Amino acid sequence: MDFIRNFPFFSIILAMFCGILSSVLKGKQARNLCLFMVTTVMLLSGAVLWYTTKAGSFIYMMGHFPAPWGNEIRAGVLEALTAVFFAVILFLSLLGGMKHIFFDVEETKTNLFFILVDLLMSSLLALIYTNDLFTAYVFVEINTIAACGLIMIKQDGHGIVAAIRYMVMSLLGSGMFLISLSMLYDITGQLLMEPAGEAVASLVSSGQYRVPLLVVIALMSVGLAIKSGLYPFHSWIPETYGYATPAASAILSSLVSKGYIFLLIKIFYRVLGYQAMVQTGITNVLFGFGLIGMIMGSVKAIQETDTRKMIAYSSVAQIGYIYMGIGLGTRAGMVAAVFHIFTHAATKSLLFISAVGLYEVSGGKSDYLSLRGSGYRNRTAGLAFAVGSLSMVGFPMLAGFISKLLFATAAVQSPAKMFFTILGLALSTTLNAIYFLRLVISIYSPAEREYGEEVSFLASRKLKAASFLFIVVNLVLGLFSQPIVDAIGVGLNQFI
Amino acid sequence: MLSHLAANMEETVSMILFGIGFTTLLLHKNLIKKIIGMNIMDTAVYLFLAAKGYIHGRMVPILTDGITDASAYTNPIPDGLVLTGIVVSVSVTALMLSLTIRLYRRYGSLDLDEIVMEWRKEER
Repeated sequence: MDFIRNFPFFSIILAMFCGILSSVLKGKQARNLCLFMVTTVMLLSGAVLWYTTKAGSFIYMMGHFPAPWGNEIRAGVLEALTAVFFAVILFLSLLGGMKHIFFDVEETKTNLFFILVDLLMSSLLALIYTNDLFTAYVFVEINTIAACGLIMIKQDGHGIVAAIRYMVMSLLGSGMFLISLSMLYDITGQLLMEPAGEAVASLVSSGQYRVPLLVVIALMSVGLAIKSGLYPFHSWIPETYGYATPAASAILSSLVSKGYIFLLIKIFYRVLGYQAMVQTGITNVLFGFGLIGMIMGSVKAIQETDTRKMIAYSSVAQIGYIYMGIGLGTRAGMVAAVFHIFTHAATKSLLFISAVGLYEVSGGKSDYLSLRGSGYRNRTAGLAFAVGSLSMVGFPMLAGFISKLLFATAAVQSPAKMFFTILGLALSTTLNAIYFLRLVISIYSPAEREYGEEVSFLASRKLKAASFLFIVVNLVLGLFSQPIVDAIGVGLNQFI
Repeated sequence: MLSHLAANMEETVSMILFGIGFTTLLLHKNLIKKIIGMNIMDTAVYLFLAAKGYIHGRMVPILTDGITDASAYTNPIPDGLVLTGIVVSVSVTALMLSLTIRLYRRYGSLDLDEIVMEWRKEER
């Protein structure tokens, strides 16, 4: 069974080679190869999950150089669980947005779209599994380039402006990450997470290099926060998610930003030391920005009339939730934050995919007044959108409820931040309810004009299937949350 | 304080360059200047790494005159990091420049503010 230890490496390299191979394939073949790759990665990561729950976490040596010199992959329960989950979400997003990919992208360039998805999957897996800081930086950049390609693949002015704005913000983030990495290497002499973590721990206990260490912590957190779109750095989010092809929006909002947050959590635990982080007060800063993001993202979403931009602003609020959980500075807060990564990935991709189904039947318009009655014209998409909205608002049985419950429980355990967390949750939930329920009511109220046969039913069976499966994922997260929460706890324990 | 700065001159310069590059990338309107800023920012990091990797009196890690004692050579890893960083920075620069060309062809301007204004007009 020890053969399974190879699987994390296999899945990264498989995704990368599929990308290279797709460059000589036609669009449909590249699509099939990509779907095959994602399914295989799902199965391989599933096997890793099974193995790690039984045998604990393991470190996989790349090449033949042992610990302080070589490169390493590390897999534990949390890594494997995240990989499985990301593969599922990627598969469903591609399935749901498939028709639009072939519609939005020029025919000769469809294989490029799948190359980018392959590279994105490979870099996400590498961010999840890697145990080396500089490797993490390289894959952060690959991830950024692939994401930029996905934004601009819809060859119009919007796409390119959105892509360049995304790139500028993202490069600021990676520059900060790179300089903090170099400083950390400078004061510890290590790039692998474990030896670097030990060196940082001894520096903290001896009180040496206090200021450089603080600078490293600040730059690293802020750099990755910019890249994942925490509140004051969110300016690129609405344009980016609002104009990309639907599958790309779903992938970008639910996976790309989460990859960076996962890396940040991993660095917090394995390199900088979580207790040391809490003592420096950086968690308080993240908590503050997360809280402001929760409120401001929702306020902006209420002002927005365009559905897709509204969903994008809602992402800003949800990223705020995740950083608030990290910022609580307790284990329970971190578990809630990781669970919310899953919740948001499942729900936001569901919303983006089902919103497509809705405005396909509304003459292609996406402001919420034009969407009136679309829930009757495309019942599957309407149902899926309603489920997604209710999950975002925190309706019991759905994923969003569990994460809100976890956040609230975590808040009670940290008295200093309890008041603000609960207040923020209450406010943000109310604001969420305002704009999501407004939309749900609007799609189920009678239309002002008749839509003829021309828009009667464009939605494909794939979109239907994807919507249903997304609803199932949401219900699974909502109804069977305990095993997942336990697995997250086990995974976080393995980090230390 | 000043003596510390003088003793770590390379690091000080690299931090100043990083700041210049960072602000140029963040605040400048012109896309080409933004890209130049990004390159300054990355180069500052390479200077930092190279300065940290250099130890006075030691040789580059290539075996010379049969000296096998490790203390005669510097650590090759910082140089390796610089090379990897350069590769990443070149590819990102190429991507940014290609995006800039596309934008210039479409909007006839390199000013990001103007481009965004044009773009908002199109949206209406």
